[in-house]
Amino acid sequence: MSTRLHPLALAALALGFAFLYGPILVLVVYSFNASRLVTVWGGFSTRWYASLAADGALVTATLVTLKVAFASASLATVLGTLAALALDRRGRFPGRTLFTGLLVAPMVMPEVIIGLSLLLLFVALGVDRGLWTIVAAHATFTLCFVAVVVQARLATLDRSLLEAAADLGAPPARVFLTVTLPLILPAVIAGFLLAFTLSMDDLVIASFVSGPGATTLPMRLYSQVRLGVSPEINAISTLLIATVSLGVLAASLLTARRG
Amino acid sequence: MNAGARMKAGARMSAGPRRRDRLRRLLLPAVPFGWLLVFFGLPFLIVLKISLSDPATALPPYTPVLNWDGGVAAWSDFLAALDFENYRTLIADPLYLAAATTSLGVALAATVLLVLVGYPIAYGMARAPKGLQPLLVALMVIPFWTSFLIRIYAWIAILKGDGLLNKALLALGLIARPVEILNTLPAILIGVVYAYLPFMVLPLYAVLERLDRSLIEAARDLGASRLKAFLTVTLPLSAPGLVAGALLCFIPIIGEFIVPDLLGGPDTLMLGRVLWSEFFSNRDWPLAAAVAMLMLVIVAGPVVFFREAEARRLEGPP
Repeated sequence: MSTRLHPLALAALALGFAFLYGPILVLVVYSFNASRLVTVWGGFSTRWYASLAADGALVTATLVTLKVAFASASLATVLGTLAALALDRRGRFPGRTLFTGLLVAPMVMPEVIIGLSLLLLFVALGVDRGLWTIVAAHATFTLCFVAVVVQARLATLDRSLLEAAADLGAPPARVFLTVTLPLILPAVIAGFLLAFTLSMDDLVIASFVSGPGATTLPMRLYSQVRLGVSPEINAISTLLIATVSLGVLAASLLTARRG
Repeated sequence: MNAGARMKAGARMSAGPRRRDRLRRLLLPAVPFGWLLVFFGLPFLIVLKISLSDPATALPPYTPVLNWDGGVAAWSDFLAALDFENYRTLIADPLYLAAATTSLGVALAATVLLVLVGYPIAYGMARAPKGLQPLLVALMVIPFWTSFLIRIYAWIAILKGDGLLNKALLALGLIARPVEILNTLPAILIGVVYAYLPFMVLPLYAVLERLDRSLIEAARDLGASRLKAFLTVTLPLSAPGLVAGALLCFIPIIGEFIVPDLLGGPDTLMLGRVLWSEFFSNRDWPLAAAVAMLMLVIVAGPVVFFREAEARRLEGPP
Protein backbone atom coordinates (compact mmCIF):
# COMPACT_ATOMS: atom_id res chain seq x y z
CA MET A 1 0.00 0.00 0.00
CA SER A 2 2.69 2.45 0.95
CA THR A 3 5.04 1.57 -1.89
CA ARG A 4 2.46 1.53 -4.69
CA LEU A 5 0.57 4.66 -5.61
CA HIS A 6 -3.21 4.44 -5.95
CA PRO A 7 -4.23 5.14 -9.60
CA LEU A 8 -6.45 8.02 -8.51
CA ALA A 9 -3.65 9.61 -6.47
CA LEU A 10 -1.33 9.14 -9.45
CA ALA A 11 -3.85 10.83 -11.74
CA ALA A 12 -4.20 13.75 -9.31
CA LEU A 13 -0.43 14.18 -9.22
CA ALA A 14 -0.04 13.93 -13.00
CA LEU A 15 -2.83 16.42 -13.72
CA GLY A 16 -1.71 18.75 -10.93
CA PHE A 17 1.87 18.97 -12.07
CA ALA A 18 0.84 19.22 -15.74
CA PHE A 19 -1.30 22.22 -14.76
CA LEU A 20 1.61 23.77 -12.82
CA TYR A 21 4.28 23.21 -15.44
CA GLY A 22 2.32 23.41 -18.72
CA PRO A 23 2.24 27.22 -18.96
CA ILE A 24 5.90 27.51 -17.93
CA LEU A 25 6.86 24.93 -20.55
CA VAL A 26 4.95 26.80 -23.26
CA LEU A 27 6.75 30.00 -22.31
CA VAL A 28 10.18 28.33 -22.40
CA VAL A 29 9.51 26.63 -25.75
CA TYR A 30 8.31 29.83 -27.39
CA SER A 31 11.35 31.76 -26.16
CA PHE A 32 13.30 29.72 -28.74
CA ASN A 33 10.82 30.56 -31.50
CA ALA A 34 12.36 32.24 -34.54
CA SER A 35 9.07 33.94 -35.40
CA ARG A 36 8.06 37.21 -33.77
CA LEU A 37 4.49 35.90 -33.67
CA VAL A 38 4.33 34.30 -30.26
CA THR A 39 1.79 31.61 -31.08
CA VAL A 40 3.12 30.58 -34.49
CA TRP A 41 6.14 28.30 -34.52
CA GLY A 42 8.80 29.58 -36.96
CA GLY A 43 11.72 27.29 -36.19
CA PHE A 44 14.39 27.18 -33.49
CA SER A 45 16.38 30.32 -32.77
CA THR A 46 18.25 31.98 -29.92
CA ARG A 47 17.93 35.46 -31.44
CA TRP A 48 15.76 36.80 -28.57
CA TYR A 49 18.44 35.91 -26.05
CA ALA A 50 21.00 37.83 -28.08
CA SER A 51 18.76 40.89 -28.15
CA LEU A 52 18.43 40.78 -24.33
CA ALA A 53 22.12 41.46 -23.78
CA ALA A 54 21.84 44.54 -25.99
CA ASP A 55 18.95 45.95 -23.93
CA GLY A 56 20.79 48.35 -21.62
CA ALA A 57 17.74 49.27 -19.52
CA LEU A 58 17.06 45.61 -18.85
CA VAL A 59 20.64 44.98 -17.68
CA THR A 60 20.48 48.04 -15.39
CA ALA A 61 17.14 46.90 -13.95
CA THR A 62 18.60 43.44 -13.28
CA LEU A 63 21.53 44.97 -11.39
CA VAL A 64 19.18 47.19 -9.32
CA THR A 65 17.04 44.13 -8.51
CA LEU A 66 20.06 42.07 -7.37
CA LYS A 67 21.34 44.94 -5.20
CA VAL A 68 17.95 45.46 -3.57
CA ALA A 69 17.45 41.72 -3.05
CA PHE A 70 20.86 41.25 -1.45
CA ALA A 71 20.59 44.25 0.87
CA SER A 72 16.99 43.62 1.91
CA ALA A 73 17.49 39.87 2.39
CA SER A 74 20.55 40.49 4.60
CA LEU A 75 18.60 42.96 6.72
CA ALA A 76 15.55 40.70 6.85
CA THR A 77 17.67 37.71 7.88
CA VAL A 78 19.12 39.56 10.88
CA LEU A 79 15.78 41.05 11.96
CA GLY A 80 13.82 37.86 11.26
CA THR A 81 16.27 35.66 13.18
CA LEU A 82 16.12 38.08 16.13
CA ALA A 83 12.33 37.98 16.00
CA ALA A 84 12.31 34.17 15.96
CA LEU A 85 14.72 34.04 18.92
CA ALA A 86 12.60 36.57 20.83
CA LEU A 87 9.43 34.56 20.31
CA ASP A 88 11.14 31.28 21.08
CA ARG A 89 12.01 32.29 24.63
CA ARG A 90 9.71 30.61 27.09
CA GLY A 91 9.55 33.81 29.09
CA ARG A 92 6.88 36.26 28.08
CA PHE A 93 7.57 39.89 27.39
CA PRO A 94 5.17 42.82 27.21
CA GLY A 95 3.33 42.99 23.90
CA ARG A 96 4.12 39.43 22.88
CA THR A 97 0.67 38.89 21.38
CA LEU A 98 0.86 42.16 19.46
CA PHE A 99 4.34 41.20 18.26
CA THR A 100 3.12 37.83 17.01
CA GLY A 101 0.29 39.59 15.18
CA LEU A 102 2.65 42.14 13.64
CA LEU A 103 4.87 39.30 12.48
CA VAL A 104 2.10 37.30 10.81
CA ALA A 105 0.11 40.19 9.31
CA PRO A 106 2.58 41.24 6.57
CA MET A 107 2.56 37.68 5.19
CA VAL A 108 -1.13 37.74 4.32
CA MET A 109 -1.59 41.50 3.97
CA PRO A 110 -2.48 42.45 0.37
CA GLU A 111 0.63 43.90 -1.26
CA VAL A 112 -1.15 47.03 -2.48
CA ILE A 113 -1.86 48.00 1.14
CA ILE A 114 1.75 47.40 2.26
CA GLY A 115 3.02 49.37 -0.74
CA LEU A 116 0.67 52.32 -0.28
CA SER A 117 1.15 52.53 3.49
CA LEU A 118 4.96 52.45 3.22
CA LEU A 119 4.93 55.08 0.50
CA LEU A 120 2.77 57.36 2.66
CA LEU A 121 5.20 56.78 5.54
CA PHE A 122 8.20 57.74 3.41
CA VAL A 123 6.39 60.85 2.14
CA ALA A 124 5.38 61.83 5.68
CA LEU A 125 8.97 61.40 6.88
CA GLY A 126 10.26 63.37 3.90
CA VAL A 127 12.55 60.53 2.78
CA ASP A 128 13.80 60.66 -0.83
CA ARG A 129 12.46 57.60 -2.60
CA GLY A 130 14.84 55.30 -4.44
CA LEU A 131 16.79 52.11 -3.99
CA TRP A 132 16.95 52.31 -0.19
CA THR A 133 13.24 52.81 0.31
CA ILE A 134 12.68 49.59 -1.69
CA VAL A 135 15.27 47.84 0.52
CA ALA A 136 13.49 48.94 3.72
CA ALA A 137 10.08 47.97 2.33
CA HIS A 138 11.27 44.54 1.19
CA ALA A 139 13.07 43.86 4.46
CA THR A 140 9.84 44.63 6.32
CA PHE A 141 7.66 42.06 4.59
CA THR A 142 10.33 39.39 4.07
CA LEU A 143 11.60 39.40 7.69
CA CYS A 144 8.33 37.71 8.65
CA PHE A 145 9.06 34.78 6.33
CA VAL A 146 12.60 34.48 7.74
CA ALA A 147 11.16 34.47 11.27
CA VAL A 148 8.72 31.67 10.43
CA VAL A 149 11.44 29.49 8.86
CA VAL A 150 13.90 30.03 11.73
CA GLN A 151 11.18 29.59 14.35
CA ALA A 152 10.27 26.19 12.89
CA ARG A 153 13.89 25.12 13.28
CA LEU A 154 14.16 26.50 16.81
CA ALA A 155 11.05 24.58 17.83
CA THR A 156 12.69 21.26 16.96
CA LEU A 157 16.01 22.19 18.56
CA ASP A 158 17.35 19.80 21.20
CA ARG A 159 17.17 21.97 24.34
CA SER A 160 19.47 19.68 26.30
CA LEU A 161 22.40 20.81 24.10
CA LEU A 162 21.85 24.44 25.12
CA GLU A 163 21.43 23.45 28.77
CA ALA A 164 24.58 21.34 28.62
CA ALA A 165 26.58 24.27 27.27
CA ALA A 166 25.15 26.58 29.94
CA ASP A 167 25.81 24.00 32.68
CA LEU A 168 29.41 23.79 31.52
CA GLY A 169 29.70 27.50 32.19
CA ALA A 170 29.26 29.08 28.78
CA PRO A 171 27.78 32.59 28.96
CA PRO A 172 24.55 33.10 26.91
CA ALA A 173 26.34 34.89 24.05
CA ARG A 174 28.75 32.00 23.73
CA VAL A 175 25.97 29.42 23.88
CA PHE A 176 24.29 31.27 21.04
CA LEU A 177 27.40 31.53 18.87
CA THR A 178 28.77 28.03 19.39
CA VAL A 179 25.61 25.96 19.81
CA THR A 180 22.38 27.69 18.74
CA LEU A 181 23.63 29.48 15.63
CA PRO A 182 25.36 26.48 14.01
CA LEU A 183 22.23 24.40 14.66
CA ILE A 184 19.82 26.91 13.15
CA LEU A 185 22.17 27.96 10.33
CA PRO A 186 20.44 25.89 7.62
CA ALA A 187 17.15 27.62 8.48
CA VAL A 188 18.84 31.04 8.54
CA ILE A 189 20.30 30.41 5.09
CA ALA A 190 16.96 29.10 3.82
CA GLY A 191 15.32 32.23 5.22
CA PHE A 192 17.86 34.43 3.46
CA LEU A 193 17.22 32.68 0.13
CA LEU A 194 13.46 32.98 0.61
CA ALA A 195 13.77 36.69 1.39
CA PHE A 196 16.08 37.17 -1.62
CA THR A 197 13.61 35.49 -3.99
CA LEU A 198 10.59 37.32 -2.59
CA SER A 199 12.40 40.62 -3.03
CA MET A 200 13.47 39.78 -6.59
CA ASP A 201 9.90 38.81 -7.43
CA ASP A 202 8.09 41.81 -5.98
CA LEU A 203 6.37 44.19 -8.39
CA VAL A 204 3.59 45.84 -6.39
CA ILE A 205 5.43 47.10 -3.30
CA ALA A 206 8.46 48.24 -5.31
CA SER A 207 6.21 50.18 -7.71
CA PHE A 208 4.81 52.20 -4.81
CA VAL A 209 7.99 52.98 -2.90
CA SER A 210 10.45 53.28 -5.80
CA GLY A 211 11.82 56.62 -6.91
CA PRO A 212 13.49 57.96 -10.03
CA GLY A 213 16.41 55.84 -11.20
CA ALA A 214 15.41 52.78 -9.18
CA THR A 215 13.50 50.60 -11.65
CA THR A 216 13.57 46.92 -10.72
CA LEU A 217 13.35 44.04 -13.16
CA PRO A 218 9.71 43.18 -12.31
CA MET A 219 8.76 46.86 -12.80
CA ARG A 220 10.51 46.88 -16.18
CA LEU A 221 8.94 43.54 -17.17
CA TYR A 222 5.50 44.73 -16.10
CA SER A 223 5.65 47.83 -18.29
CA GLN A 224 6.59 45.58 -21.25
CA VAL A 225 4.05 42.85 -20.42
CA ARG A 226 1.26 45.45 -20.48
CA LEU A 227 2.05 46.02 -24.15
CA GLY A 228 1.46 42.33 -24.88
CA VAL A 229 3.27 39.03 -25.26
CA SER A 230 6.72 39.29 -26.85
CA PRO A 231 9.51 36.79 -27.49
CA GLU A 232 12.00 38.96 -25.57
CA ILE A 233 9.90 38.66 -22.40
CA ASN A 234 9.72 34.90 -22.97
CA ALA A 235 13.52 34.81 -23.19
CA ILE A 236 14.17 36.81 -20.00
CA SER A 237 11.48 34.77 -18.21
CA THR A 238 13.17 31.54 -19.26
CA LEU A 239 16.48 32.78 -17.88
CA LEU A 240 14.84 33.69 -14.55
CA ILE A 241 13.03 30.35 -14.32
CA ALA A 242 16.25 28.46 -15.09
CA THR A 243 18.11 30.40 -12.38
CA VAL A 244 15.43 29.70 -9.78
CA SER A 245 15.13 26.01 -10.70
CA LEU A 246 18.89 25.51 -10.44
CA GLY A 247 18.87 27.33 -7.08
CA VAL A 248 16.06 25.19 -5.66
CA LEU A 249 17.70 21.98 -6.95
CA ALA A 250 21.07 22.98 -5.47
CA ALA A 251 19.44 23.85 -2.15
CA SER A 252 17.55 20.55 -1.96
CA LEU A 253 20.73 18.62 -2.87
CA LEU A 254 22.61 20.48 -0.11
CA THR A 255 19.97 19.73 2.52
CA ALA A 256 19.67 16.12 1.34
CA ARG A 257 23.40 15.61 1.89
CA ARG A 258 23.15 17.16 5.35
CA GLY A 259 20.21 15.01 6.42
CA MET B 1 17.53 16.72 40.69
CA ASN B 2 14.60 17.53 38.44
CA ALA B 3 14.69 20.41 35.97
CA GLY B 4 12.58 22.75 38.11
CA ALA B 5 14.73 22.30 41.20
CA ARG B 6 17.90 22.82 39.14
CA MET B 7 16.52 26.04 37.71
CA LYS B 8 15.62 27.27 41.20
CA ALA B 9 19.08 26.44 42.49
CA GLY B 10 20.63 28.23 39.53
CA ALA B 11 18.49 31.29 40.18
CA ARG B 12 19.55 31.41 43.83
CA MET B 13 23.19 31.24 42.86
CA SER B 14 23.19 34.15 40.41
CA ALA B 15 20.87 37.10 40.85
CA GLY B 16 23.10 39.44 38.80
CA PRO B 17 23.12 37.41 35.57
CA ARG B 18 19.38 36.95 35.97
CA ARG B 19 18.82 40.69 35.84
CA ARG B 20 21.04 40.87 32.79
CA ASP B 21 19.05 38.01 31.32
CA ARG B 22 15.80 39.90 31.85
CA LEU B 23 17.30 42.97 30.17
CA ARG B 24 18.36 40.85 27.20
CA ARG B 25 14.94 39.29 27.06
CA LEU B 26 13.49 42.77 26.59
CA LEU B 27 16.18 44.01 24.21
CA LEU B 28 16.01 41.01 21.89
CA PRO B 29 12.43 41.64 20.76
CA ALA B 30 12.95 45.42 20.80
CA VAL B 31 14.93 45.53 17.53
CA PRO B 32 12.63 43.52 15.21
CA PHE B 33 9.54 44.71 17.08
CA GLY B 34 10.61 48.34 16.76
CA TRP B 35 11.28 47.86 13.07
CA LEU B 36 7.83 46.35 12.49
CA LEU B 37 6.15 49.10 14.50
CA VAL B 38 7.82 51.83 12.43
CA PHE B 39 7.50 50.17 9.01
CA PHE B 40 4.28 48.22 9.41
CA GLY B 41 2.28 49.60 12.36
CA LEU B 42 2.86 53.34 12.01
CA PRO B 43 2.10 53.41 8.25
CA PHE B 44 -1.47 52.27 8.95
CA LEU B 45 -2.08 55.31 11.13
CA ILE B 46 -0.79 57.45 8.28
CA VAL B 47 -3.07 55.66 5.80
CA LEU B 48 -5.99 56.37 8.14
CA LYS B 49 -5.01 60.03 8.36
CA ILE B 50 -4.59 60.43 4.58
CA SER B 51 -7.93 58.71 3.98
CA LEU B 52 -9.53 61.59 5.92
CA SER B 53 -7.68 64.22 3.87
CA ASP B 54 -8.59 65.89 0.60
CA PRO B 55 -6.68 65.53 -2.66
CA ALA B 56 -4.68 68.59 -3.73
CA THR B 57 -2.51 69.58 -6.63
CA ALA B 58 0.56 69.98 -4.49
CA LEU B 59 3.49 67.98 -3.20
CA PRO B 60 2.51 65.80 -1.39
CA PRO B 61 -0.80 65.65 -3.28
CA TYR B 62 -3.13 65.88 -0.27
CA THR B 63 -4.29 68.45 2.24
CA PRO B 64 -4.08 69.24 5.14
CA VAL B 65 -0.38 68.81 5.87
CA LEU B 66 0.51 69.16 9.52
CA ASN B 67 2.72 72.12 10.34
CA TRP B 68 4.95 70.72 13.10
CA ASP B 69 6.14 74.16 14.26
CA GLY B 70 2.67 75.69 14.57
CA GLY B 71 1.80 74.47 18.07
CA VAL B 72 -1.73 73.80 19.28
CA ALA B 73 -3.41 76.06 16.71
CA ALA B 74 -1.80 74.16 13.84
CA TRP B 75 -2.98 70.85 15.33
CA SER B 76 -6.56 72.02 15.71
CA ASP B 77 -6.57 73.47 12.16
CA PHE B 78 -5.19 70.16 10.96
CA LEU B 79 -7.81 68.08 12.75
CA ALA B 80 -10.62 70.38 11.64
CA ALA B 81 -9.64 69.91 7.99
CA LEU B 82 -10.06 66.11 8.19
CA ASP B 83 -13.39 64.71 7.03
CA PHE B 84 -15.11 61.58 5.77
CA GLU B 85 -15.52 62.88 2.21
CA ASN B 86 -13.62 59.93 0.69
CA TYR B 87 -15.67 57.35 2.54
CA ARG B 88 -18.83 59.08 1.31
CA THR B 89 -17.47 58.69 -2.22
CA LEU B 90 -16.80 54.99 -1.60
CA ILE B 91 -20.42 54.46 -0.52
CA ALA B 92 -22.04 56.74 -3.08
CA ASP B 93 -20.20 55.51 -6.17
CA PRO B 94 -21.40 51.97 -7.08
CA LEU B 95 -18.01 51.26 -8.66
CA TYR B 96 -16.35 50.70 -5.28
CA LEU B 97 -19.10 48.50 -3.90
CA ALA B 98 -18.95 46.43 -7.11
CA ALA B 99 -15.17 46.12 -6.78
CA ALA B 100 -15.51 44.99 -3.17
CA THR B 101 -18.17 42.41 -4.11
CA THR B 102 -16.10 41.11 -7.02
CA SER B 103 -12.98 40.85 -4.83
CA LEU B 104 -14.80 38.89 -2.16
CA GLY B 105 -16.56 36.70 -4.72
CA VAL B 106 -13.36 35.92 -6.60
CA ALA B 107 -11.47 35.21 -3.36
CA LEU B 108 -14.24 32.90 -2.14
CA ALA B 109 -14.68 31.05 -5.44
CA ALA B 110 -10.91 30.74 -5.91
CA THR B 111 -10.41 29.38 -2.38
CA VAL B 112 -13.10 26.73 -2.96
CA LEU B 113 -11.52 25.85 -6.32
CA LEU B 114 -8.08 25.73 -4.70
CA VAL B 115 -9.31 23.24 -2.11
CA LEU B 116 -10.92 21.10 -4.83
CA VAL B 117 -7.78 21.18 -7.00
CA GLY B 118 -5.20 21.23 -4.22
CA TYR B 119 -6.55 18.53 -1.91
CA PRO B 120 -6.19 15.61 -4.36
CA ILE B 121 -2.65 16.77 -5.23
CA ALA B 122 -1.62 17.07 -1.58
CA TYR B 123 -3.23 13.69 -0.88
CA GLY B 124 -1.39 12.09 -3.79
CA MET B 125 1.90 13.62 -2.61
CA ALA B 126 1.39 12.32 0.94
CA ARG B 127 0.60 8.84 -0.40
CA ALA B 128 3.53 8.72 -2.81
CA PRO B 129 6.52 6.48 -1.94
CA LYS B 130 8.63 8.12 0.79
CA GLY B 131 11.66 8.33 -1.46
CA LEU B 132 9.73 10.24 -4.10
CA GLN B 133 8.20 12.81 -1.73
CA PRO B 134 11.16 15.25 -1.47
CA LEU B 135 11.19 15.49 -5.28
CA LEU B 136 7.44 16.13 -5.39
CA VAL B 137 7.78 18.83 -2.72
CA ALA B 138 10.62 20.44 -4.70
CA LEU B 139 8.45 20.34 -7.85
CA MET B 140 5.66 22.07 -5.91
CA VAL B 141 8.07 24.66 -4.49
CA ILE B 142 9.80 25.66 -7.76
CA PRO B 143 6.71 27.47 -9.16
CA PHE B 144 6.31 29.15 -5.76
CA TRP B 145 9.84 30.54 -6.08
CA THR B 146 9.36 31.48 -9.74
CA SER B 147 8.29 35.03 -10.53
CA PHE B 148 4.58 35.56 -9.95
CA LEU B 149 4.48 38.09 -12.80
CA ILE B 150 6.03 35.62 -15.25
CA ARG B 151 3.70 32.80 -14.29
CA ILE B 152 0.65 34.98 -14.86
CA TYR B 153 2.15 36.39 -18.06
CA ALA B 154 2.55 32.80 -19.34
CA TRP B 155 -1.24 32.43 -19.31
CA ILE B 156 -1.80 35.38 -21.67
CA ALA B 157 -0.35 33.39 -24.60
CA ILE B 158 -2.56 30.43 -23.66
CA LEU B 159 -5.85 32.22 -23.03
CA LYS B 160 -5.89 34.93 -25.69
CA GLY B 161 -8.17 34.80 -28.75
CA ASP B 162 -5.60 33.16 -31.05
CA GLY B 163 -3.91 31.47 -28.09
CA LEU B 164 -3.02 27.85 -27.51
CA LEU B 165 -6.16 26.90 -25.58
CA ASN B 166 -8.45 28.14 -28.35
CA LYS B 167 -6.27 26.42 -30.95
CA ALA B 168 -6.44 23.15 -29.05
CA LEU B 169 -10.22 23.39 -28.55
CA LEU B 170 -10.69 24.22 -32.26
CA ALA B 171 -8.46 21.32 -33.32
CA LEU B 172 -10.44 18.94 -31.13
CA GLY B 173 -13.66 20.22 -32.66
CA LEU B 174 -15.08 21.18 -29.27
CA ILE B 175 -15.78 24.74 -30.37
CA ALA B 176 -16.63 26.18 -33.79
CA ARG B 177 -14.99 29.58 -33.34
CA PRO B 178 -12.50 30.98 -30.82
CA VAL B 179 -14.05 31.86 -27.46
CA GLU B 180 -13.01 34.94 -25.54
CA ILE B 181 -11.38 33.74 -22.32
CA LEU B 182 -8.74 36.39 -21.70
CA ASN B 183 -10.12 39.52 -20.02
CA THR B 184 -13.01 37.64 -18.41
CA LEU B 185 -13.80 36.46 -14.91
CA PRO B 186 -12.90 32.80 -15.65
CA ALA B 187 -9.44 33.96 -16.76
CA ILE B 188 -8.95 35.67 -13.38
CA LEU B 189 -10.05 32.50 -11.57
CA ILE B 190 -7.68 30.33 -13.64
CA GLY B 191 -4.81 32.74 -12.95
CA VAL B 192 -5.48 32.99 -9.21
CA VAL B 193 -5.88 29.22 -8.76
CA TYR B 194 -2.69 28.67 -10.73
CA ALA B 195 -0.68 31.27 -8.80
CA TYR B 196 -1.83 30.28 -5.32
CA LEU B 197 -1.87 26.47 -5.76
CA PRO B 198 1.40 25.83 -3.85
CA PHE B 199 0.06 27.92 -0.91
CA MET B 200 -2.87 25.52 -0.63
CA VAL B 201 -1.04 22.27 -1.42
CA LEU B 202 1.99 22.65 0.87
CA PRO B 203 0.14 23.20 4.21
CA LEU B 204 -2.29 20.40 3.29
CA TYR B 205 0.59 18.08 2.41
CA ALA B 206 2.35 18.92 5.70
CA VAL B 207 -0.72 17.75 7.63
CA LEU B 208 -1.60 14.74 5.47
CA GLU B 209 1.97 13.49 5.47
CA ARG B 210 2.04 13.28 9.28
CA LEU B 211 -1.39 11.68 9.46
CA ASP B 212 -1.44 8.48 11.48
CA ARG B 213 -2.38 5.86 8.88
CA SER B 214 -3.41 3.37 11.55
CA LEU B 215 -6.43 5.56 12.36
CA ILE B 216 -7.74 5.10 8.82
CA GLU B 217 -6.98 1.38 8.94
CA ALA B 218 -8.88 1.16 12.23
CA ALA B 219 -11.88 2.88 10.67
CA ARG B 220 -11.73 0.50 7.70
CA ASP B 221 -11.40 -2.53 9.99
CA LEU B 222 -14.47 -1.38 11.86
CA GLY B 223 -16.38 -1.53 8.58
CA ALA B 224 -16.26 2.05 7.31
CA SER B 225 -16.22 2.43 3.55
CA ARG B 226 -13.27 4.21 1.91
CA LEU B 227 -15.41 7.32 1.48
CA LYS B 228 -16.68 7.21 5.05
CA ALA B 229 -13.18 6.68 6.44
CA PHE B 230 -12.03 9.68 4.42
CA LEU B 231 -14.92 11.90 5.49
CA THR B 232 -14.85 10.98 9.18
CA VAL B 233 -11.11 10.50 9.77
CA THR B 234 -8.84 12.01 7.10
CA LEU B 235 -10.82 15.17 6.37
CA PRO B 236 -11.32 16.32 10.00
CA LEU B 237 -7.68 15.57 10.82
CA SER B 238 -6.51 17.65 7.85
CA ALA B 239 -8.59 20.66 8.99
CA PRO B 240 -5.54 22.60 10.29
CA GLY B 241 -3.93 22.34 6.84
CA LEU B 242 -7.18 23.43 5.20
CA VAL B 243 -7.44 26.44 7.51
CA ALA B 244 -3.80 27.43 6.95
CA GLY B 245 -4.08 27.01 3.18
CA ALA B 246 -7.35 28.95 3.00
CA LEU B 247 -5.86 31.78 5.09
CA LEU B 248 -2.76 31.97 2.89
CA CYS B 249 -4.94 32.14 -0.24
CA PHE B 250 -8.17 33.94 0.61
CA ILE B 251 -6.78 37.13 2.12
CA PRO B 252 -4.07 37.99 -0.44
CA ILE B 253 -6.50 37.20 -3.28
CA ILE B 254 -8.90 39.90 -2.02
CA GLY B 255 -6.21 42.50 -2.68
CA GLU B 256 -4.72 40.78 -5.73
CA PHE B 257 -3.52 43.25 -8.35
CA ILE B 258 -1.37 41.45 -10.94
CA VAL B 259 -3.87 38.72 -11.91
CA PRO B 260 -6.92 40.95 -12.52
CA ASP B 261 -4.70 43.53 -14.20
CA LEU B 262 -3.12 41.13 -16.71
CA LEU B 263 -5.89 38.54 -17.21
CA GLY B 264 -9.06 40.45 -16.32
CA GLY B 265 -11.00 42.80 -18.53
CA PRO B 266 -11.89 46.43 -17.85
CA ASP B 267 -15.24 45.37 -16.38
CA THR B 268 -13.82 42.97 -13.79
CA LEU B 269 -12.74 45.47 -11.16
CA MET B 270 -11.16 44.21 -7.99
CA LEU B 271 -10.16 46.31 -4.98
CA GLY B 272 -6.41 45.92 -5.49
CA ARG B 273 -6.71 47.20 -9.02
CA VAL B 274 -9.01 50.08 -7.99
CA LEU B 275 -6.50 51.16 -5.34
CA TRP B 276 -3.69 50.96 -7.89
CA SER B 277 -5.47 53.08 -10.49
CA GLU B 278 -6.69 55.66 -7.94
CA PHE B 279 -3.09 56.04 -6.86
CA PHE B 280 -1.11 55.78 -10.11
CA SER B 281 -3.61 56.94 -12.76
CA ASN B 282 -5.88 59.39 -10.94
CA ARG B 283 -3.20 60.44 -8.44
CA ASP B 284 -5.93 60.63 -5.81
CA TRP B 285 -3.91 59.52 -2.80
CA PRO B 286 -6.63 60.16 -0.18
CA LEU B 287 -9.18 58.04 -2.07
CA ALA B 288 -6.58 55.27 -2.56
CA ALA B 289 -5.98 55.39 1.21
CA ALA B 290 -9.74 55.11 1.83
CA VAL B 291 -9.88 52.06 -0.48
CA ALA B 292 -7.00 50.56 1.54
CA MET B 293 -8.95 51.10 4.77
CA LEU B 294 -12.04 49.49 3.20
CA MET B 295 -9.88 46.52 2.17
CA LEU B 296 -8.46 46.25 5.69
CA VAL B 297 -11.97 46.09 7.16
CA ILE B 298 -12.93 43.36 4.69
CA VAL B 299 -9.73 41.42 5.42
CA ALA B 300 -10.04 41.79 9.21
CA GLY B 301 -13.17 39.60 9.35
CA PRO B 302 -11.59 36.43 7.92
CA VAL B 303 -8.38 36.97 9.93
CA VAL B 304 -10.36 37.03 13.19
CA PHE B 305 -12.35 34.00 12.04
CA PHE B 306 -9.20 32.01 11.20
CA ARG B 307 -7.50 33.02 14.46
CA GLU B 308 -10.55 31.89 16.42
CA ALA B 309 -10.58 28.58 14.54
CA GLU B 310 -6.87 28.15 15.26
CA ALA B 311 -7.31 28.99 18.96
CA ARG B 312 -10.21 26.55 19.25
CA ARG B 313 -8.10 23.85 17.63
CA LEU B 314 -5.18 24.46 20.00
CA GLU B 315 -7.43 24.47 23.07
CA GLY B 316 -8.40 20.86 22.79
CA PRO B 317 -8.47 17.87 20.48
CA PRO B 318 -11.30 17.98 17.93
